Amino acid sequence: MNRPAGAPAAVDLAHLGFDQGAHLLVQRVLSGLRPGEPLEVTGNHPALVTHLRAWCRGRGHLVQPGGDRDTPVRAVIVRGPAGLDRWAGARRAGGPSPHEIVRNPEPGWGLAARGALVEDGAPAPGFDLAERDLVWADIAPKLYAHAASAQWDPAVAVPWDAAFELPAAVEEAVVQVMTYLVENEQAALVVPARLLARIHPHFREVVQLLAVQAADEARHVEVFTRRALLKTGRLGTSSAGGRASLTTLLAEPDFALASFLLSVLGEGSFLNLLAFLERHAPDPVTRTVVRLAHQDEARHVAFGVAHLQHQASVDPGLRGRLRGAVERRHDVLRDTAGLNQDVLDSLVVLAAGSWDPAAVARGHAQVGELLTTMDHARQRLLIRLGFPADEAAELSALHTRNFM
Amino acid sequence: MTLLMGAVAYDPKTVTIWTGFRSWLTTHGLPFDFVLYSHYERQVEDLVAGRIHAAWNSPLAWIRAGRLAAAEGVRLHPVVARDTDRDLRSVVVVRSEAPYHRPGDLKGESVAVGAVDSPQATLIPLSLLRSEGLRPGDDIEILGHDVGVGLHGDHVGGERDAVRALMSGRAAAACLLDANHLLFGKEGTLPPGSTRILAETAPYDHCVMAVNDSAPASITERFGELLLGMSPDDPEVRRLFDLEGLNVWVHGRTEGFAALEAAVGEVGFYDAAGRVTAEGYRP
Ligand SMILES: [Fe+2]
Ligand SMILES: [Fe+2]
Repeated sequence: MNRPAGAPAAVDLAHLGFDQGAHLLVQRVLSGLRPGEPLEVTGNHPALVTHLRAWCRGRGHLVQPGGDRDTPVRAVIVRGPAGLDRWAGARRAGGPSPHEIVRNPEPGWGLAARGALVEDGAPAPGFDLAERDLVWADIAPKLYAHAASAQWDPAVAVPWDAAFELPAAVEEAVVQVMTYLVENEQAALVVPARLLARIHPHFREVVQLLAVQAADEARHVEVFTRRALLKTGRLGTSSAGGRASLTTLLAEPDFALASFLLSVLGEGSFLNLLAFLERHAPDPVTRTVVRLAHQDEARHVAFGVAHLQHQASVDPGLRGRLRGAVERRHDVLRDTAGLNQDVLDSLVVLAAGSWDPAAVARGHAQVGELLTTMDHARQRLLIRLGFPADEAAELSALHTRNFM
Repeated sequence: MTLLMGAVAYDPKTVTIWTGFRSWLTTHGLPFDFVLYSHYERQVEDLVAGRIHAAWNSPLAWIRAGRLAAAEGVRLHPVVARDTDRDLRSVVVVRSEAPYHRPGDLKGESVAVGAVDSPQATLIPLSLLRSEGLRPGDDIEILGHDVGVGLHGDHVGGERDAVRALMSGRAAAACLLDANHLLFGKEGTLPPGSTRILAETAPYDHCVMAVNDSAPASITERFGELLLGMSPDDPEVRRLFDLEGLNVWVHGRTEGFAALEAAVGEVGFYDAAGRVTAEGYRP
């Protein structure tokens, strides 16, 4: 607004009416004025003065007549205080970049974009995971970007039409393993979905990452179901012990403990299981679906570990609580069967590849090696979280026999 | 002692609004309660009879309360009003291409108005047309749109129906509040440029908080002070102000009711003692 010093502010609306957006031009100039300062309005819309008065009345601005007939000024607005007051107490909700997150975002910021100028006075939505150190990991923005770029389309990423025929027993083993994977994926979908709904949107990259994680699991559920049904149209069994194990995951309300049990110990073990299945897959469809799931699971584990490493660095008591969670879960599951025997048998059949006794022995040994590999991998993850080696070994041994 | 205020439930949000004010006033040291009425006539009668201490009155309710009070020897005064209720105007609009250029041109035509008890869309603009020599019923036919009768025009539906009658050609002109003419233009009920303002009334005032002077001054004065001191810097106050549609409470005044007082007299809406005498008015 360039105007000579001392001259009042002015706005020319030409033929624009208030029913066509004239308020935008008026508001633009008014917002640069102090309370009490005048704004001369010119324009030739027939209802200009009537509508200008009605508009200003609602916003607390005064309107004075434009003066004598030989000036083109139709009205003079005297800026009122209301607009200033509305934003007087407003503050920025942190900054847009991940480096500008705050430790304790205000509950009242609610769903506002991080970095927005936030007017006070809206009800607080009650996101209870609202502390940086409880949810954040510096790697979250990068992992989210990677997750978003790595989304694959189940319809095209899997060679559903590949021609193959398996011996009935092998097909049955595949169906059983897929049935087991589906129920585990459903738990892995529900847990992050529940958690993300509780996280303050200020930590948007974490919410986004968990949302994509849930979407990953949705695809895993889809492709495993589809592979199970591909040849026989029937699913395998679901054991009470397996579901009991998964139910304990759903029951854990603490973000750190839930992501420890699910993403570090559970999905960590699943990385080995999926790699095993890829190695022994008897057909291209099975091989592809477990490979695709494996890629996604690696991200899930990476975030779980990074976020707990961050939290452990600021909360020395965390490891004690993680330990307690493993022990409690072990106690709860002590009298359940753990892994479905049908699943274990199916893994042996897949590794054996035939009913030849020597092959079965080899398959049995390979499943034994899988359990050892899982155990070592869990111990390495626990050591990354700062557990001493002997304690890591002890805790890994207490992990659920259901793998997840 | 608790100050008891009446308000008319013209919309479900009145519960949110007055519950919010109740909580604000109570935490600021004034015991406050409210009663909601389904129309203004009973609220006014209860105010004058002293069954409530204060009433959030429409301008028409203020006129009637004044007449009833005078007849009963009771005194009332206006405590506060919304800043947004000062200096309203009504407009008489016609379709842009219509051959009417001054109010007198409407002689022999139909004029759409709002509810029978609407100050802004019926009583005041018809008084303007009367002053221009057009006798409603004789020189012009009146098309009323009785939405929310008893709410004294607080329901915007009557005005919306009036402009629809104008646009459909059933009426040659429509009467409505200036702000609603703007609103209907913005929301698309009236396409840009489709109407022209034929006449505009002088400014008048709208709602007002009336107090019965026989109520204890200790609480009515505190009530006025607290309301006038409400600052939109307080987020809770701003939420209430946004709901109730004001920027700040201002002192009540009576000058702004003269035009309506005259209009009420012209049609005999109430008699001098405040009895309802309007024809066909059944709140
Ligand atoms: Fe998964
Ligand atoms: Fe996962």
